[in-house]
Order: sequence, then C-alpha cells, then structure tokens
Amino acid sequence: MNPENMLMLAAILFAIGGMGVMLRRNALVAFMCVELMLNAANLALVAAALMHGRLDGQVASFFVMVVAAAEVVVGLAIIVTIYRTRRTTSVDDANLLNL
Amino acid sequence: MNPALVPLVTGTEVAFWICAPLMVLGALGLVFFRKAVYSALSMAFVMLNLAVLYATMDALFLVFVQIIVYTGAIMMLFLFVLMLVGVGTPDSMVETLKGQRALGILTTVAVAALLIFGIGGSLRGNPVGLAEANAAGNVEGIADLLFGRYVFIFELTAALLITAALAAMILAHRSRVAPRVTQADKARARIRAYAETGAHPGAAPNPGVYAGHNSIAVPALLPDGSAAEASLSQTLVLRGTTVDPEALTRGTQDRFRAIESVRSSEEDDE
Repeated sequence: MNPENMLMLAAILFAIGGMGVMLRRNALVAFMCVELMLNAANLALVAAALMHGRLDGQVASFFVMVVAAAEVVVGLAIIVTIYRTRRTTSVDDANLLNL
Repeated sequence: MNPALVPLVTGTEVAFWICAPLMVLGALGLVFFRKAVYSALSMAFVMLNLAVLYATMDALFLVFVQIIVYTGAIMMLFLFVLMLVGVGTPDSMVETLKGQRALGILTTVAVAALLIFGIGGSLRGNPVGLAEANAAGNVEGIADLLFGRYVFIFELTAALLITAALAAMILAHRSRVAPRVTQADKARARIRAYAETGAHPGAAPNPGVYAGHNSIAVPALLPDGSAAEASLSQTLVLRGTTVDPEALTRGTQDRFRAIESVRSSEEDDE
C-alpha cells in the first residue's frame, strides 16, 4: 500500500473543506467543513505513521480528535448564543461584534 | 518480503479505491448540498469511510475512536444544534462579495494543486509498515506512547476538555431578565382581569363534537347556534385551519332527523 495515495486524498479533502469554509454562509456547515479539514489532517498523520512504522502519528491524530471535540463544544455553544440573540446562523448577519 | 511474492492488488488497495471516491463525493456533497441536514449526513458518510481507511492502515484504535467520537458524538452534537436552530431554512445563495464563489473555487483548485504537487515525489523509500510497532497490539502501543512520552500533553488535554465544558456552560447560560411568573401570580392576574373587565376567569370551553367530526379544529356552538370563538385554539385560528361548523351542524341535524324518522315509522308499525 502506497501512503502517497492517502496523502493525495487528504490533500483533496483538505482543499474541499477549505472551499466549504470559503463558500458556505451557514455557520454550522462552515463549521462542519472545518471538521472535514481536521479529518483530512488526521488521515495524513495516520498515513505518516504507516510510512515511518511508528505510532506517533496515530497518537497525534488522537490528540487532534480531542481538540476537535473541545472545539466543537465551544463553537456550537457560540453558534447557539448568536442564534438566540440574532435569530440567524448565517455568518453574514453576525457583523456587529456586540451581541 | 520477496518482491515476487507481493500481490499486485491487495485488499488495502481495493478498499482505498472504493472508499476514496466515495469520500470525495461525500465531501463535495457536504459543500454543495443546500440543506444543512444533507450536509451533516454527507459529513457522517465521509467520517465512516475514513474509519474504513484507518482500518486498512493498521490503526485499529483510531477506527473506533473515529466512529464513537466523531461519527457518534460530534455529528450528533451538530444534528442537535441543527434541530435547535431550525432545519428548514436553506442557505441563501446570494453573493455578498462579488465574484466570491468563482474566486473560492479557484483558490480551492490552487490549494489542492499546491498540496498534491508538493507531496508528489516527496515520499522516498518504501513504507515501513506498522507490523513491528503493532507487535504487542495497536492499543497497547498507543497506550505506551500516550502514558509514556506524551503523558504531559495527555494531562493538558484534560485541562482543555474541562475548560471547554465550562465555556459551553457559560455560553449556554441564559440569565433571567424578568422574575418568574408563578401559578399564584397567574391566578391573581386572572381574578384582577375579571374584576376590572369581566373577562371569564375559568377554563375555555371545549371544541365542538359533531356526528361526523370531533377534531379540535371545529368550534363549539353557543345556545343561539353561532360558533363559540373561545373554544378554538388561537394557533389554529392564525394558521387558518379551522373548519366552518355550518356544514357539520347540517349533517348532524340530518342524521338526527333520519334516526327520528326510523323511530316514528317503528311506532307506526306497532
């Protein structure tokens, strides 16, 4: 198995996730695209672990997952707070900063 | 291993060439579906395929963490928030910045090209493989690193998770602006309204029951035969789904008349 294929796939997924962040206006979907980018990075880390025959890459991937879980909790709480005050989840409408 | 013994197509390759196109399709679906729920479903699909790829790369611990933490917990959280903020509203497709979409797609292609050509040819030599590292078992190997070399980082993640949970609680907390209205307050307000304006303090009348209809959308009848507005839910009135009692009254009367005529004909027979 060639880990290069995995790295290519990770690069493509990362780029697609970045496209979602740039194009989508719904804060939730943009957030999911960030998750996709994190997943792509995880894929690259696991492929690197296979390449070098050491488990450090998998441990790094595990830490990324932990950080992603914490990030999702705080990010979704912020989205819910913004929705409660402005009745919208569009990132275009959150433009006042003093919610 | 002897190069002659390496099979041309391995199970890993097959799994990759099945999962990779599906993952790219799912990722494109995540970006291009206009409804957020469809996007979330595509995301879950991508994550499940990613778990399969982890399995092909000897990362058995991560397979389960991926499914339990990502597909299970994180996507569930996303779906909860989606339900909370309303799933019905599709994303607006109006461009606030001119040419943003075209530029975004162009940037994406550029980033993908940069990454792919940057990576292409950067890997030298054959992959070592994890057979040696996983000799004592994948979970044991990861535990060895996690509680050995990375134990301090592992402890820091505990602080991170506690901070995140605390932050979520503070952000989700809503302070009360007005004092809570209790049952006693409501009763007092009702009696005061009765004393001042004569508003009925008791329960509103039930909706009407007719021979062919007893839904809550039909009003009850007042003694003079007109509809009692108070017997209808205000929500149904606003939605315009109430039924006019006129036709129903007529149907009920027809049925009564039919029953009466049968009874009178039986009395005639005797």
